[in-house]
Amino acid sequence: MTHHTSTAVTWTAIACVALFAIAGEVLIAAAMRNLGDLDLIRAKSGLPGTIRAVLGSPLFLVGAFCMAFNYFAQLFLVSRVDLSLALPAVGSCTYVGNAIAAKYFLHENVDRRRWMAALFVCVGVYLLTK
Amino acid sequence: MKHRLSLQQYLILLTVMITASLGDTLLSRGMSQIGAVDLHHLLLLFRALANLNIIAGTILLVGFFASYMTALSWADLTFVMPATAFGNVMIALLSRFWLHEHLSLSRWIGILLITCAVGFIANSPARTEHSPDSDPFAGPKLTQVDPGIGL
Repeated sequence: MTHHTSTAVTWTAIACVALFAIAGEVLIAAAMRNLGDLDLIRAKSGLPGTIRAVLGSPLFLVGAFCMAFNYFAQLFLVSRVDLSLALPAVGSCTYVGNAIAAKYFLHENVDRRRWMAALFVCVGVYLLTK
Repeated sequence: MKHRLSLQQYLILLTVMITASLGDTLLSRGMSQIGAVDLHHLLLLFRALANLNIIAGTILLVGFFASYMTALSWADLTFVMPATAFGNVMIALLSRFWLHEHLSLSRWIGILLITCAVGFIANSPARTEHSPDSDPFAGPKLTQVDPGIGL
């Protein structure tokens, strides 16, 4: 760990980044699901119409706020914590958290194959960044 | 259920993979140039926005965000997730075969695991069916609980 950041601060920062990433992604996924295929909207209303439709979604706006907060929290994290710890920790928490949130909040059909994929990605990202 | 993706949709997933990993790499390179940001000097984060690596990384991440949202409009979150992770595999393979860097055994195993994960997902439908009544984000009334399929 760089700059003598305490363990509590490190893991609090990692948890914050992961939680905001999960909240942002789930809210944006819900917003996009409600809007429908953006390619079809763009074909019908053009790019300005698509942007209006996206920006008019409250779910998207809250999700984008979470992602923006996540962005700055991530900048803070990588400036204080070794990338070799920050990247796999945030990545792993986010992948598993997203799978759980997708099942319980988005009601996606997360079957055994998708759980396996989430776990494989989780371990794979950890090994890649070692 | 939607089983097959069009060429354009595969290209969007490819854009998600490339922009996510390149954007993150440029962002971390930029922040290593800026140095540590103290809790009492958080405004330094705004000064980081003038760094060229941060700017390029941010532009790539905006591209990632646009393609990611497009993918989420026709695919499940759990379908798109491994695509973002596969970007890490692409970076590792580029560093091995283009930059001739050494890849340890653990990294090769990591590449294998993520590739397997993408293989699992690629054979599944991009969007799983669900009842609008069971979606808490779809409407004000929640009258039915979707049991889903667990382990």
